[in-house]
Amino acid sequence: MNRIEKVFQNLHQHNEKAFVPYIMAGDGSLETLAEKITFLEKAGATAIEIGIPFSDPVADGPVIQQAGIRALEAGTTLRSVLAKVAEIRPIVHIPLIFMTYMNPIMAYGIGNFISEASKSGIDGLILPDVPLEEEEMIAPIADRAGIEIIRLVTLTSPLERISAIASKGKGFLYAVTVNGITGARKEFKDELGRHLEKVKDVSPIPVLAGFGISEPEHVKEMNQHCDGVIVGSKIIELFQSGELAKIEELIASSKIEEIKL
Amino acid sequence: MNAAYTLPDERGHFGEYGGRYVPETLMQAILELEEEYRKAQADEGFQEELQALLKDYVGRETPLYFAENLTKYTGGAKIYLKREDLNHTGAHKINNSLGQALLALRMGKRKVVAETGAGQHGVATATACALLNLECIIFMGEEDIKRQQLNVFRMELLGAKVVGVNSGSATLKDAVNEALRYWVTNVEDTHYILGSVMGPHPFPMIVRDFQSVIGNETKEQYHEKEGKLPDAVVACIGGGSNSMGMFYPFIKDESVRMIGVEAAGLGTDTEKHAASLTKGTPGVLHGALMYLLQDEHGQIQEAHSISAGLDYPGVGPEHSYLKDSGRAEYESITDDEALDALKLLCKMEGIIPALESSHAVAYALKLAPQMNKEEGLVVCLSGRGDKDVETVRARLGGNGE
Repeated sequence: MNRIEKVFQNLHQHNEKAFVPYIMAGDGSLETLAEKITFLEKAGATAIEIGIPFSDPVADGPVIQQAGIRALEAGTTLRSVLAKVAEIRPIVHIPLIFMTYMNPIMAYGIGNFISEASKSGIDGLILPDVPLEEEEMIAPIADRAGIEIIRLVTLTSPLERISAIASKGKGFLYAVTVNGITGARKEFKDELGRHLEKVKDVSPIPVLAGFGISEPEHVKEMNQHCDGVIVGSKIIELFQSGELAKIEELIASSKIEEIKL
Repeated sequence: MNAAYTLPDERGHFGEYGGRYVPETLMQAILELEEEYRKAQADEGFQEELQALLKDYVGRETPLYFAENLTKYTGGAKIYLKREDLNHTGAHKINNSLGQALLALRMGKRKVVAETGAGQHGVATATACALLNLECIIFMGEEDIKRQQLNVFRMELLGAKVVGVNSGSATLKDAVNEALRYWVTNVEDTHYILGSVMGPHPFPMIVRDFQSVIGNETKEQYHEKEGKLPDAVVACIGGGSNSMGMFYPFIKDESVRMIGVEAAGLGTDTEKHAASLTKGTPGVLHGALMYLLQDEHGQIQEAHSISAGLDYPGVGPEHSYLKDSGRAEYESITDDEALDALKLLCKMEGIIPALESSHAVAYALKLAPQMNKEEGLVVCLSGRGDKDVETVRARLGGNGE
């Protein structure tokens, strides 16, 4: 069984929620990657999304764009990230998931990339510019290598489509919580809770909410409607400003059981 | 290539190229756009409305002009100019902007977003939006804003909001990124009027179809004048919309050479060019698989051209397919060659071409002498050069030489 499935099975048994932080590989040099990953694991992260920088990240807001530019300026490449992850993997127990765009993978060679990612101990892959219609070129190869494609559903996806996407998935379903790009939001649409519950209804796999989540209150709110959260831009900002205690606080907010009246 | 050319396929692919590489948030919008477009194609009312606007508002059909002086000067094939520069707003871009603005209305979307490079597509879109009472926001690279100040002011006069883009090279590529991000965020009430034959399916098909009026008219007009098909059609390529509009009606006429002219900037042996088909490799950008200028790690490289409209590191998926299949030929022209062609056309024919179109003119000047006098070629003069006069003056030091 893939590490992602195992970790969710475990959460389910203990009635806990997932917290998946996102970091950009090579932001602040690739040498800091091990340190960040072990810190996040210790703070209670369920799994970690590792971003691989791309020059034209259309799904990302300013914070992740800037992190990507810093990483590229530091000379980060897909090849160097794969090597670094292979080095770190033995000391990390939680699932590691790559998030990147299609072009760096195509330039590397899809087959080569999947085989080396698998050897490096990568458990999942998120490609925000590869919808269901185009995944044929990579999903079957990833599947054979035991790497789970984490698919996204959004507020604009009709329920039938959500259902079709969810039924293909194995690890978890990534429910995008806003119309828009990544980056902290102050508030979410009122109907978001209902939307997440509808997604959960049709999804055979756990549903995690992501995009815009930046405060412990958001985490608690989302967790009432789904199986956990993904937090990217805020984690990057807090690493940037060195506010590690706030990262711990954010992750801890997903562990606190809501008192139900 | 034969009479069976029916691309794109139902999944929006031209061979391996094209497709729909977009965030899931946009999928519903592009599926809806495709459906609405197919309905509009079959709807006589829509077609009549568009035709009426193209005739009475844009001023179509545009002339097919025999450039006699230029022909004598080059001493080879007859050179004809398809005068898209005489369209309202000064370029071919309006053909597509009007069509898509009408589609937006059909879809009940009253807000429009667009990217622009040289500003021609931005001006055309702002114009269509003013006419049809749509709200309009245009993303434009800061570098291009500097090069095309007058077009920025034109767009604002027409009621559009122009937003400068500072990321990356601050040119067309980055304007497309920002327009896509804006569209993802506002997709429920906003239509994206993409300006070239690029982006996710169905855009390459829609833009090609709306621009095909260029090639269709050319074919008819050339037949009237010469009683046959032209031997070659030549057009410049940034994303590739005027060239695709010129080529598409000729794809099945295998005797017609179709030649796309890319911007070689300072030279294709330097790093300062925009020749994606000549020097690039296939990859995914802005929603489609196509030829791109990229490094070995798949990072997109900055393009360079003296003309803002060709300054793009990719080229539409159908051109990518036509290159591989060999049906179309692709050449490149440097900044200097384009400038020389611009000056020549001014003096010989009294026509100031856009810097973009000057690339096509420059290649025609090389091609015509290699052909015999009974043959004829058509250059798509995609836009007029008024917008470039300042750039040209700065480059030539103000004395015109």
